Amino acid sequence: MTITVSMTVNGKQVSREVEPRTLLVQFLREKLNLTGTHVGCDTSQCGACVVLIDGVSVKSCTALAAQCEGSEVTTIEGLAAADGTLHPMQEAFRTHHGLQCGFCTPGMVISAVDLLRVNPDPSEHDVRKWLEGNICRCTGYHNIVKAVLDAAQTMRGTAVAAE
Amino acid sequence: MPDDGIGARTLRKEDKRFLTGRGRYTADINRPGQIYAAFVRSPHAHAAIRSLDTAAASAMPGVVAVLTGEDLKADGVNGVPCGFSPTGGNQKAPTRPALAQGRVRFVGDLVAMVVAETLDEARDAAEAVAVDYDPLPAVVDPVKALADGAPLLHDDVPGNLTVDWNLGDADATDAAFAKAAKVVAFDLVNNRKIPNAMEPRASVAEYEPATDSLTLYTTSQNPHITRLLIAAFEMGIPEGRLRVVAPDVGGGFGSKIPHYPEELLVTWASRRVERPVKWIAERAESFMSDAHGRDHVTHAELALDADGKFLGLRVRTIANLGAYLSTFGALSTTYLYATLLSGQYVIPAIHCNVRGALTNTCPIDAERGAGRPEATFLVERIVEIAAAETGIDRIDLRRRNFVPADAFPYQTPVALSYDSGDYEKVLAKALEVADVAGFETRKRESAARGKRRGLGFSNYIEACGLAPSNVAGAIGAGIALYETAEIRFAPTGAVSVYAGTKSQGQGHETTFAQIVASRLGLPIDQIDVIEGDTGTVQWGHGTYGSRSLAVGGSAIAKTCDKIIVKAKRVAAHLMESAVEDVEFKDGSFTVAGTDRKLSMGEVIMASYVSHNFPTDELEPGLDERCFYDPANFTYPAGCHVCEIEVDEDTGFVEVVKFTAVDDFGEVVNPMIVEGQVHGGVVHGIGQALYEGCQYDPETGQLLTGSYMDYTMPRADNLPSFTVGYTTTPCPHNPLGVKGCGEAGAIAAPAAVINALCDALGIRHIDMPATPMKVLNAMQQAAE
Repeated sequence: MTITVSMTVNGKQVSREVEPRTLLVQFLREKLNLTGTHVGCDTSQCGACVVLIDGVSVKSCTALAAQCEGSEVTTIEGLAAADGTLHPMQEAFRTHHGLQCGFCTPGMVISAVDLLRVNPDPSEHDVRKWLEGNICRCTGYHNIVKAVLDAAQTMRGTAVAAE
Repeated sequence: MPDDGIGARTLRKEDKRFLTGRGRYTADINRPGQIYAAFVRSPHAHAAIRSLDTAAASAMPGVVAVLTGEDLKADGVNGVPCGFSPTGGNQKAPTRPALAQGRVRFVGDLVAMVVAETLDEARDAAEAVAVDYDPLPAVVDPVKALADGAPLLHDDVPGNLTVDWNLGDADATDAAFAKAAKVVAFDLVNNRKIPNAMEPRASVAEYEPATDSLTLYTTSQNPHITRLLIAAFEMGIPEGRLRVVAPDVGGGFGSKIPHYPEELLVTWASRRVERPVKWIAERAESFMSDAHGRDHVTHAELALDADGKFLGLRVRTIANLGAYLSTFGALSTTYLYATLLSGQYVIPAIHCNVRGALTNTCPIDAERGAGRPEATFLVERIVEIAAAETGIDRIDLRRRNFVPADAFPYQTPVALSYDSGDYEKVLAKALEVADVAGFETRKRESAARGKRRGLGFSNYIEACGLAPSNVAGAIGAGIALYETAEIRFAPTGAVSVYAGTKSQGQGHETTFAQIVASRLGLPIDQIDVIEGDTGTVQWGHGTYGSRSLAVGGSAIAKTCDKIIVKAKRVAAHLMESAVEDVEFKDGSFTVAGTDRKLSMGEVIMASYVSHNFPTDELEPGLDERCFYDPANFTYPAGCHVCEIEVDEDTGFVEVVKFTAVDDFGEVVNPMIVEGQVHGGVVHGIGQALYEGCQYDPETGQLLTGSYMDYTMPRADNLPSFTVGYTTTPCPHNPLGVKGCGEAGAIAAPAAVINALCDALGIRHIDMPATPMKVLNAMQQAAE
């Protein structure tokens, strides 16, 4: 048995026939070929698969595609501007060497984007607590934390300038 | 000199694709007509297979084939070999069948393989393979495995003893102990780690019937070695018929050095069914079957004279090597371990005996640091214990015994010749940067908050830049360990650098391009680095042992030098001058005493569009290549300083301040080097406080088989770090570099545990120092 699932992914309306048990991460990777969202574990611990569903960060290995019917999903591929300009969080990760192998990076960046939605001016402690659900084995988190704090500053600056 | 040359904090060329989700890892690769593999793995630590029935699985929907050890035999496919046999170790290397031949020896051992149209169908059918096991007694503890009456894993390895190996002079060491004023001894367990690269292992293989050739995409740190083993040793096909490609690799830390049975099986299955076959490990499979690291049980003794000078070190280690020997088998446990037991110190006599035990556990291989963390932990712990027991200040004791800065090259009693270093300088810088003078004040502040604060040091040394090939051969490696580079140009100046190393996140695309930018004076944007494809890279030994820059980078530098030699001759022809008069600097060729000048780009163009070219003496083109074989290992060293706080109520240990001062020789990209230090340190903190692989001692079940059971260091368990450098350039490679990838993992465990013992006023505590162990230690100390 298959069902039809429709949602908006990175601004584009998509619709696919899937088995009901299809996870959102499978839907993204296998049906839409959006392979930037990674699978690093099978217990919803590592956070490599984090995406935004209706603006909120979710581990896409714990959501069924069917649960996202009608939702707006943003993956790492949809974070930069249409002209290719990196999101300030992506830019900060690059500037501060907040990534090495790149495998945890999509989930890490998306989680960090959601942190700044909830808390635009986090302390180092806040950043570390928030990213507790995203495992990185390369960076020791040091440069990730720096990147997130810097992005927060940039985005607050941007927000102020826009007002 | 271009802005992005050696020494610049150049932002990474590879980052944009990773940050936009366009990295290409093995799991992202799909081939037309692809089918999927799932494995049946042993649920028992040790069992005989009474029967294996694949009929029901074969009849399941979508199943293309169910393959067993019998099919491998029928096709004449050999087992997975071990590529290292330590000289003098009298190694007994049991055969590792890729799929079980009547017996399974650890939880996760491979029994059968299902290939089916979809992954779900493959997994469903794998569950329908009926295996009737006859469980056998299991042993997971290496000490018990070597005891009389232990369950035997392999008929051809009596007593489960795979290696019995000695290094150093036993008689001289006994003599040193006989004249000692003080002997300090302790027992330690160096805890087994599960490497946990965030990208699970994966393989995609594709058979091309027209040419009878195969392509394997796989998560590898050394694809050429994987090709060698699969083609020449296992399948018996010409190496040229197998192309192995490691695309973006999501972390390795040693766990993607070994060649694994799954790689062979996917390749073999794709030829057998003439379809591309894909396998991606579930994380549970990674925990069970990625080669684990460490796992030593050691007794160590240090002899000192009345002035606190070290006289001798005696070490007896039983090393757990798992159920089979992995690709580099006992290497981490023998030569990469015992050769570092002199640490930064003059120790006139050292003797080490290592006995390698086979147990019903996942095979052991290199894990970040590989042998050197075990050596450093031992040396830096016993020095600390000796300080406490002689009453000599721990810094003073180290200083009394350092190899002096004017003693290099320094020949240790355990085979190595340290090429350069200045340990006093590193220590002095670390004391300053870590504000050790302010520790007592911070300790009082911690006490006021009810926390016990401790301070710990680790003065590590490592041998990197693996390795002089003659040494590799002499110690028992099955391969050489030089590295290769090749540089090709397009007529309009694009540069392609083919390197035999393979980044798993270390940033080679940037660092290596910086070397070429510096050497040839070209903009970094036109320099592309290509690695990890046996179809395009001539040959290589891969990335591990902090060798990529020291050996691979040196090969690139020397290739550039060859290019310059030829380019000067081309430039001389074009500028109608003698080659001796041509100078090359900052990307330009000039003729001394004239205003004649040509850019590197112009010489490249003239070399490929060779209308005006000295064809009578030179071939057109500027491509060059180099096989660089290092003259010695490199010897990064440093001093890491850790401060921890212990919660007296919970036993929870928090690292509150960590300073790393390292001597890596010259640094190409400080930003990348600092990142390597941070990451390495966290591997070390993880080993010290969080990570410990546990098997049930009776059943051999893996108890730490998921992220809910195995404690990974997370962002909220860690502080930010302070990093500093001193520099003594490596004297024997063209870049003066030493390597930085493993330093943190090597240094940090001893720094953390020394700090913890300092805080608690205890002699020793085994890793990982979990709250339970810490509470017990506090209780015992109070009694």
